[in-house]
This record gives sequence, structure tokens and C-alpha cells, in this order.
Amino acid sequence: MLLNILAQQNPGELAEGLKTVGAGIVYGGAAIGPGIGIGIVVGNAITAMARQPEAAGMVRTTMFLGIAFTEALALFGFVLSFLLNG
Amino acid sequence: MSAILALEFPPVSELIEWKGIFLKGTVFEVNKVVLLMWASVAIVFALFLVAGKRASRPEGLVPAGVQNVVEAGVDFVRKDIVLQTIGPEGLKFMPFLVTLFFFIMFGNLFSVIPVIQMPVNARIALPAFMAVIVWVLYNYLGIAKQGLFGYLGGILKPPGVPLGMLVLVAPIELVSTILVRPLSLAVRLFANALAGHILLATFAVLSTALLKSTIVGAAVPFALLVGLTGFELLVAVLQAFIFTILTAVYIGGALHPEH
Repeated sequence: MLLNILAQQNPGELAEGLKTVGAGIVYGGAAIGPGIGIGIVVGNAITAMARQPEAAGMVRTTMFLGIAFTEALALFGFVLSFLLNG
Repeated sequence: MSAILALEFPPVSELIEWKGIFLKGTVFEVNKVVLLMWASVAIVFALFLVAGKRASRPEGLVPAGVQNVVEAGVDFVRKDIVLQTIGPEGLKFMPFLVTLFFFIMFGNLFSVIPVIQMPVNARIALPAFMAVIVWVLYNYLGIAKQGLFGYLGGILKPPGVPLGMLVLVAPIELVSTILVRPLSLAVRLFANALAGHILLATFAVLSTALLKSTIVGAAVPFALLVGLTGFELLVAVLQAFIFTILTAVYIGGALHPEH
């Protein structure tokens, strides 16, 4: 009920407004998982680099690879939210 | 909303849909993105031509100038990408991977160069096409090495999986290897380029709009714009590296299936 009121600027604009709200929810939901995931990846990479500084180069390369994999999921959501809202 | 602020903004689609310059209205329409793609090809070609010419002369044994920079780039791809993921067998894919890396990097770098400011990969056509090329390549290598049924069997039945789990693992592995890999390659590159472009455009427009009303108010968005340009530079090089290293990993997975 409140959502219906919030999504309307002028009377009769419900569908447009709900599309925008939907696009916001899509990206918001898509950004939670990769945010936590990238935090875990980088945190473990920092621990590994602190325990064995001479392996830092290899750990850094693998860390970037892991970041790219998890960030791709957030970016799927970003692109989808733009597709939903023109 | 724009009526409230009394500011006129063109639609968001104009950030990436450029007007045609030659051959308007046909499939072969040439607009700014196509010109930048050709410019990227020309730059990579000229760079390697100059470096290669000097390398084939006697004084090319000691690299200097352009040859030094290009050799550093090629060495980076060789040591950190090919030898780490495929091993010595992958050295025959070096020309492909080096071309991929430099072409994507220059295409992304156009996003932060002042007058140009349009990443070539912000339209899905080019990343999609490159992902299709990589997909055809690693599937062809897998089938050539193990035969069609051996390759599919290797995907559906990864070594070391108990039979009961296979019912779950096999479809996931199949979809992941055949569908998700090229799709994620393309969308990762495309979305990173597009998101960076939109962010930079948003902060630039915000700085300009605030500059017209209050001069001090434009300081924070402008500082953020400077920071984001640096970040976009990092992302440009990083995404080229990620695309190349994932291609190398997929080629390695097709050549050495017992992983």
C-alpha cells in the first residue's frame, strides 16, 4: 500500500514507478553477496601475504582473479537493473 | 525530477549510443565507437611494428625505448599469465593472448583520455565477439585433444567425485563450462567498462551542475571525479588482465583435463 503510494508521482504512473523500484531492488540485492565475497577473498589474501611475504606476488595475482570472478556477479545485477529501467 | 531542479539532461542512452558518421542507417554504420576500435587496432599494430623492427636489427639485443616497453608487456603476459596457468605448452598461444591483452587494454584506456572519453567495450558487441572466439578456441582444443565424447565425459564427470554426487555435479559442470564461461567473460568486461563510463559521466555532470549554482559545492564531486578517474585507469588495465588470464585458464583446462 505504501509502496503503491511511493511509486507514483502523478496519478496513473504506477507501472513506471514500480519498474524503477524494481530496478533498485535488483541492484541492491545483487550487491550484497559479492560485497561479502570480495571481503573474504581480500581478507584471506592479506593474511596469506602477512604469513609469507615472499609469496606475495603469486597471492596478489590470485586475489585479483578471485575479485574478478565475484565482482562479475554484482555486475550482472547492475546491467540487469539498467535493462529493467530503460 | 529534472523539472524540479530546472536542469535539462539528455537521456542516459546518449552516453553510449553515438550518432553515425559514415554509412548511416545500414548495418555497417560507422560511429565514434567503431572509429575508436579501429584506432585501438592501429595503435597496437604500430606499437608492435616499431618494437619488432628494432628487435630484428642487431642492436635489438639490448632493448631500449619502445621496444623496452613492449618487451616488458610481452614478458608480463608470458610470466604472469601463460607460464602460471598453462605452463610451457601454452607458449604457442602467446601471440593470441598478447594481442587480446593489448587490444582490450587500449580499448579500455580510451575511457579516461580527455577528449575521447568512451571505452570501446561499453557496447556489448566487442566483448561478446571476443568471448565467442575464446569459447570456440577452448572447445576446439578440448575436442581435438580428447575427442568429442572424451571431452564431454571429462566435463560431466570431474575426477574424484563420488557417483552419488554426480547427479548434482554433472549438470552444474556442463552449464558452467559451456554456457556460463563465455557469458561471464563478455558481461564482466562489458559491465566494468559501462559502469566506469556511467560513473565518470555522472560525477562530471554533477560537478558542472553544482558549479553553476555554488562554486564551493562543486569541490567534493570534483575531488571524487579525480579519484574515480584514477580508479577507472586501474580497472581498465585490470579487466584486460582478467580477460586474458581467464582465457589462459580455460585453454589450460582444455589442454590438461586432469585438473
